[in-house]
Amino acid sequence: MTTSGHLLANGEGLLALLNGFIAELREAGLPVSLTENLDAMEAVKHIPIEDRAAFKYALAATLVKNNAHWRSFETVFEVYFSMRGRQFALGDEGEALPDELADALAAAAGDGQGDGQMQGGGGGEQMSPEELAEMLYKSLMKGDDALMRAVARQAVRRYAGMEPGRPVGGTYYLYRTLRNLDLDGVLERLMQQTEQDAPEELSPLERRLEEDEFTERIEKVKKEIEAEIRRRLVADRGVEAMAKTLRKPLPEDIDFMHASRDEMKLLRQAIYPLTRKLAVRLARKRRHGRKGPLDFRNTVRHSLSYGGVPAEPKFKYPRPAKPEIFVIADISGSVASFARFTLHLVYAVSSQFSRVRSFVFIDGVDEVTHFFEGTDDILDAIHRVNTEADVVWVDGHSDYGHAFEVFWSKWGKDIGPKTTVMILGDARNNYHASQSWVIKEIRHRARHVFWLNPEPKSYWDTGDSIVGEYATHCDGAFECRNMRQLERFVDNLV
Amino acid sequence: MSYRFESPSDVRTRLGQVDYLSDDAIAGIVYLADRLGKPILVEGPAGTGKTQLAKSVADIIGARLIRLQCYEGLDESKALYEWNYKKQLLRIQATKTEGESADWDQIEEDIFSDDFLLTRPLLEAIRADDPVVLLIDEVDRVEVETEALLLEILSDYQVSIPELGTIEAKQIPLVFLTSNNTRELSEALKRRCLFLHIDYPDMEREKEIVLTKVPDITESLADQVARIVRSIRQMELKKSPSVSETLDWAQTLMLLGVTKVDAETAANTANILLKYQSDIAKATKEFGNEGSSFRKGGPLSTSS
Repeated sequence: MTTSGHLLANGEGLLALLNGFIAELREAGLPVSLTENLDAMEAVKHIPIEDRAAFKYALAATLVKNNAHWRSFETVFEVYFSMRGRQFALGDEGEALPDELADALAAAAGDGQGDGQMQGGGGGEQMSPEELAEMLYKSLMKGDDALMRAVARQAVRRYAGMEPGRPVGGTYYLYRTLRNLDLDGVLERLMQQTEQDAPEELSPLERRLEEDEFTERIEKVKKEIEAEIRRRLVADRGVEAMAKTLRKPLPEDIDFMHASRDEMKLLRQAIYPLTRKLAVRLARKRRHGRKGPLDFRNTVRHSLSYGGVPAEPKFKYPRPAKPEIFVIADISGSVASFARFTLHLVYAVSSQFSRVRSFVFIDGVDEVTHFFEGTDDILDAIHRVNTEADVVWVDGHSDYGHAFEVFWSKWGKDIGPKTTVMILGDARNNYHASQSWVIKEIRHRARHVFWLNPEPKSYWDTGDSIVGEYATHCDGAFECRNMRQLERFVDNLV
Repeated sequence: MSYRFESPSDVRTRLGQVDYLSDDAIAGIVYLADRLGKPILVEGPAGTGKTQLAKSVADIIGARLIRLQCYEGLDESKALYEWNYKKQLLRIQATKTEGESADWDQIEEDIFSDDFLLTRPLLEAIRADDPVVLLIDEVDRVEVETEALLLEILSDYQVSIPELGTIEAKQIPLVFLTSNNTRELSEALKRRCLFLHIDYPDMEREKEIVLTKVPDITESLADQVARIVRSIRQMELKKSPSVSETLDWAQTLMLLGVTKVDAETAANTANILLKYQSDIAKATKEFGNEGSSFRKGGPLSTSS
């Protein structure tokens, strides 16, 4: 830490630090090219190094060209640069603090005197938990940023129980700190107080607004706490090690099968642009596909304005048929989280194309097109699919063979030469008969048949997976574990 | 060469003077673009002031704004330059009737000269003598292949015309590209630009924007507007309200003479903020007055 602080003093040191920073960004998966690297070097020359915000945005503008990567960038930036400033701030915490807390801090100021050394859980002894809770409550009530930051620091010092060299992750400390602060309880208390203070009873709208306000402030405190823990960890373990532990996958690299709830949300946001892209691409092919043959009549007519010289040739525009899409998705337990994602995808696709029919199956198969039609609430639609669709035939374990057979007998005739069929599933068939002839038949009729598999390719055809057998009859089977792969599929599709 | 801006804060104050409220990121990146002579790629949801930023910057440095609106099927002849085909044809025919004096070489030289060149926005920005700001709007609408047209101009500020040679910029214009992110732009394009993401403003800034842009609005009303909009944006909606919709809404409230927004007023005027029936229903429900007198497409939308 102190070394990097020292290094920052001269240009060469800054260069080395930036190089390390960029190497870490690349490690985290951000595509930083050489020219962008050079641009960043050039950019920081124009920015006074004391201006931290400008410095950060200068780096961001030259290095990060995709908003989805911003979070990763921010984390790395914080680890590499931010704690330097705050490290020094530790010594003179009093400067911008409100008196109230300054007093409290002065009482607890025995430790952390400028050296930034961690004191384990020893800090803030003179401040009782009640006082700290009170302080937190007050800071939230007033929305006082400086006070909130100070409280966050105190809370970490007090509750996280951080010890140098302890091999646990930041989330553990975060959990410990948050558990002790009981932020939900604080929110409740804040709301009660607000309602009491109000001259008349709060309308639901007002209550909602107040709650949103407090929630946002609490989020801020959480962020401060996270930052504080990170800062202390960096001081303990060093920049490189810390950056490595904090590395998170970029949204496009999140595995569908193992996505957490927050990550699912990120994915959902990413689906819509993707389907729009698909739709735009298909539509563009329709309208701006290569010009058709010469339109002789039209050309002659326009030649009149040039005295009979056919100066402006006119072409006929081709009018290809609209694409028709059939989506057949496995929604069984083995692909549960993928299935959830799949349904979102189906919904997004059906809102972009006029002719989409969707089917879901486990060991039985059912058409669910109408659940997605005319509803704007995707969660509602998914709920209905999960509860109302008739997808269980015997025991509710995947049986691709039976599902395909039924599909073929019921809806096979609807597949025509314009139809693109997409099958989503892991092809884990519980050792039932594969009935892969159905796929073969489908392919004879349809324009394309694609298989998207959420499993890593190395797992294919292991155990009860028979994706290989089906794949021989498809136009292509693709590993589709994350957004990046899905996007590549869409790109190649059109 | 002389720079247009002193410092990021200089950008910020001057943008403020033309009623564009920027933040650290915007000001810092505009400043950098000037210093580094690089284009800015502005990305973000619709209605957050991306195009307005270019206009305001043109305004404060007293430059002419040249705008190229992108669309599917945009090509060279619409973006860069075009030979005036008809005039050339006339010229050739005129020579014929005049007599056979002119030889072919001369005619050829003649018809591929400046006189017969129609400049389109990109070339115009390059050739301009006066200061210009070039705005390439909604660049994500053109095909990937067409993007390549922009590359030469963005990195070297020059245009190559086979018949005339290379035309270099007399002065480096400030270039803004905007994108609604309907598709991923090519790496080549992104690499040449500074990247600026403009998101919905936070509550404080939105309130300030409302205060600047809506004349005579009271502080407390602006505050309420900003807070309600923030709450609405937190819901999962098809389309979150943009800044321009916030402004429209504030304007409407002013015209209706509302001083304090209650749930019913909010519900009645929600169709100005939200453009989908399902979104409106959701917001109304969330704000806790199901079954209120919410009217679909009520008379309040025509409050002008």
